[in-house]
Amino acid sequence: MSKTNTIASRDTGVSRTLGTILKELDWRRYVIYIGFVVVFLFFAVLLRDQGFLSPNNLLNIFRQTATITVIAVGMTYVIACAEIDLSVGSVAGLSSVCTAMALSQWGLVPGILAGLAVGLVVGSINGALVSLLGIPSFLVTLGMLGIAVGVAQWITASAPQPILNDTFNTLFGSGNFGPIPGLVVWSAIFVAIGAVVLNRTRFGRQVLATGGNRNAADFTGINTKRIKFQVLLISGMVASVAGMLYAGRLQSGRFQWGAGDELSAIAAVILGGTSLFGGFGSIVGTLFGALLIGLINNGLILAGLDSSQQQVVRGVIIILAVALARKK
Amino acid sequence: MNTADNVVQMRSIFKSFNGVSVLKDVGFDVRKGEVHALAGGNGAGKSTLMKILQGVYQADAGEILIGGKQASITSIHDAKAAGIGMVFQEFSLVPSLTVAQNICLAAEPLGRGGLIDDRAAVRRATEVFAEMEVDVDPSAEVSRLGTAYWQLTEIAKALSQNAQVLIMDEPTASLARHECEALFELIDRLKRRGISIIYISHRMDEVYRLADRITILRDGQHLLTKALSDVTPEQIVEGIVGKKVEGDLSYRARNEVSHEVEPLLEVRGLNAGPRVRNVSFALRPGEILGLAGLMGSGRTELARALFGIDKLDSGQVLIRGKAVSLSSPQQAINAGVALIPEDRRAQGLVLEHSVQDNLLLPLLGQIRRGGLLDGSKAKALSTSLIKRFAVKVAHPHRPVRLLSGGNQQKVVIAKWLGTDPDILILDEPTAGVDIGTKSEILDMIRELASAGKAVIVISSEYPELLAVSDRVLVLKDGSIIRDIPRSGIADEEYLQLAVQGV
Ligand SMILES: Nc1ncnc2c1ncn2[C@@H]1O[C@H](COP(=O)(O)OP(=O)(O)OP(=O)(O)O)[C@@H](O)[C@H]1O
Ligand SMILES: [Mg+2]
Repeated sequence: MSKTNTIASRDTGVSRTLGTILKELDWRRYVIYIGFVVVFLFFAVLLRDQGFLSPNNLLNIFRQTATITVIAVGMTYVIACAEIDLSVGSVAGLSSVCTAMALSQWGLVPGILAGLAVGLVVGSINGALVSLLGIPSFLVTLGMLGIAVGVAQWITASAPQPILNDTFNTLFGSGNFGPIPGLVVWSAIFVAIGAVVLNRTRFGRQVLATGGNRNAADFTGINTKRIKFQVLLISGMVASVAGMLYAGRLQSGRFQWGAGDELSAIAAVILGGTSLFGGFGSIVGTLFGALLIGLINNGLILAGLDSSQQQVVRGVIIILAVALARKK
Repeated sequence: MNTADNVVQMRSIFKSFNGVSVLKDVGFDVRKGEVHALAGGNGAGKSTLMKILQGVYQADAGEILIGGKQASITSIHDAKAAGIGMVFQEFSLVPSLTVAQNICLAAEPLGRGGLIDDRAAVRRATEVFAEMEVDVDPSAEVSRLGTAYWQLTEIAKALSQNAQVLIMDEPTASLARHECEALFELIDRLKRRGISIIYISHRMDEVYRLADRITILRDGQHLLTKALSDVTPEQIVEGIVGKKVEGDLSYRARNEVSHEVEPLLEVRGLNAGPRVRNVSFALRPGEILGLAGLMGSGRTELARALFGIDKLDSGQVLIRGKAVSLSSPQQAINAGVALIPEDRRAQGLVLEHSVQDNLLLPLLGQIRRGGLLDGSKAKALSTSLIKRFAVKVAHPHRPVRLLSGGNQQKVVIAKWLGTDPDILILDEPTAGVDIGTKSEILDMIRELASAGKAVIVISSEYPELLAVSDRVLVLKDGSIIRDIPRSGIADEEYLQLAVQGV
């Protein structure tokens, strides 16, 4: 390019002062963190006599949000790719049931494999229907929500399936790793892997590009059908692990485990700053979104609100946070 | 000069985005019944100035006078009320509604009981079209119509809201030749009715055909406003580019490509859908092949087929003499083919993503270290691409959406040349690009060919096609009807006749 030098000199050099950088700093992107701190401080002051700040209670918050966090990590990929997965809650339920049944029949490893198989099968079906047949994921996974929970209820005749295998229970949620509850470790692992893969790998970029403009991604040589398939598969697999975490923590498999989690997970993802229209995703944001929801639940219970009041307050806070975070 | 004639006056307009100054003390006025061309290089601030007039943005300082009276325009609604209409570049129509419903959108005629009177809407649309002297079916669903009709509907929509001033930002970008001519005639008629038109275009022939006066912006500053009869074409070009431009639109014969050389790309009996029928040709390294044809003649479809986007029904594609299967863009890229698509916003870019992310999207494989993307490699590679293609970008981490049209196009080109393809297909590579940049892009194409690449250029602008092509294929209804060496084309007219199949 012989001419580029002269052309480049036409560019206006733009020097940015600290002032403009500060002004550009878009605080809306950090609303979730600000919100988290504000709500935390609020409860810390208001509920100091109810033991909100006790280490035990704080660990409890982590423990209670672990499964939502795990599910929401998978959901972040789906939403960043401009799709949705409504089946995650019932996949968790079905996975808990299958794990429990396989465990009592054949032992530890088959139990774990059975749980993962649920995610593999459901995720693949979701992904195939969306990417190959082009059916909107909203409809596919809405249907799958019913199917999975129905199957779980059917094969267990609605009865809980106790899990007596201590290794499994310790590994998946009941035990501790040193001083740290296993559930916390699980969510940390998922958040870490999820964040690195989304931000630092080719696959992650391709997910974001597919969600941002599928057409342009296609023209760039990205196999967007495969990407859509993969995110739904990931989401299903991750949900099945969450199901096993329910099973281990509650030492049983039951079709109700995870019911309604899809909505909490979606709320966590959106609170965390991932765009509902695709193209952007933040796993760390998702973690804080999930923690914020957990924090609110915990605080409201300690404050002595009954469950109907809790739901109202939770709804208000979520709408408020999303409203503050939206772009002008 | 009588200021009372000025329907619009903008005085000392300043505007900056995030500390980057885009308009500096710009003045602009429009007289009743004139066509006023607004010219300037990519990123000069034309669209921004018009968006201020239109209420999309607010100026940081300056005033706007409408009909001599101070006006405060803080929303599109205010602008409409003040009689300013815009023919959007990205059309603002609802595809699922009919033409009449779109025209009356938000001002629907109400019948008895407050319900929308659809028949009155059709009547009103018919009236507007009669006034415009164009023939459009008001009951047709917009999604079934071609872009030319979308545009007519846009214009009718603005007129039905009593617009006195119409802003047209690159209105011919997506029109075929005869459609352009129809638009120009419409503009003439509107002018006679006393409607003023602000016309933004990078095509000088259009400016000459239409405009009474011209205002040139350069780097956000007002350079000149003159009657078109008082400026020479050279002055205009120099004003826009900021320096003299040599005749870059003239063809320079390059070394003859020998027919002995093995073709880089050979296409045999290609069929793909209804618009690519039995196409065969060969392309040698170092050769630039122009594709000419009317809109719908299958040029874009041929490009898509070669890039693996559309399925081939039959036929063979050979690269370096070996048959290759091109059933996905990934395969095409691996085979060394790159396509710069015609619609940069829809197909070329992820608009909300940063300039850097867009540039690197096809190059992710190159910036990996141990499976993970390497931030410093990414930065180095994108910086070098930005430099090499002289993309004017204040900050590579901001969304590419914020760049001006021409700079967006440069990003698309840079993104693809980063992959170092052997065979490069460019579909309307200079759409929306200023004349300075246009000659840069044409030079770039020539250089690539000189470096031994094979290039296919699709363009509806004949001067441009003639400036670079060594050979021109003329397509009609999906088939090649002529294969003419550049030396066999005397002038534009010859090509135009060939395209029409005369
Ligand atoms: N919303 C925005 N935020 C930040 N920068 C912007 C925004 N809109 C425009 N710009 C910048 O302002 C400058 C002028 O842009 P504008 O779109 O007005 O140019 P233009 O003259 O219309 O160019 P073109 O001929 O390429 O369409 C560009 O450098 C662009 O990057
Ligand atoms: Mg513009």
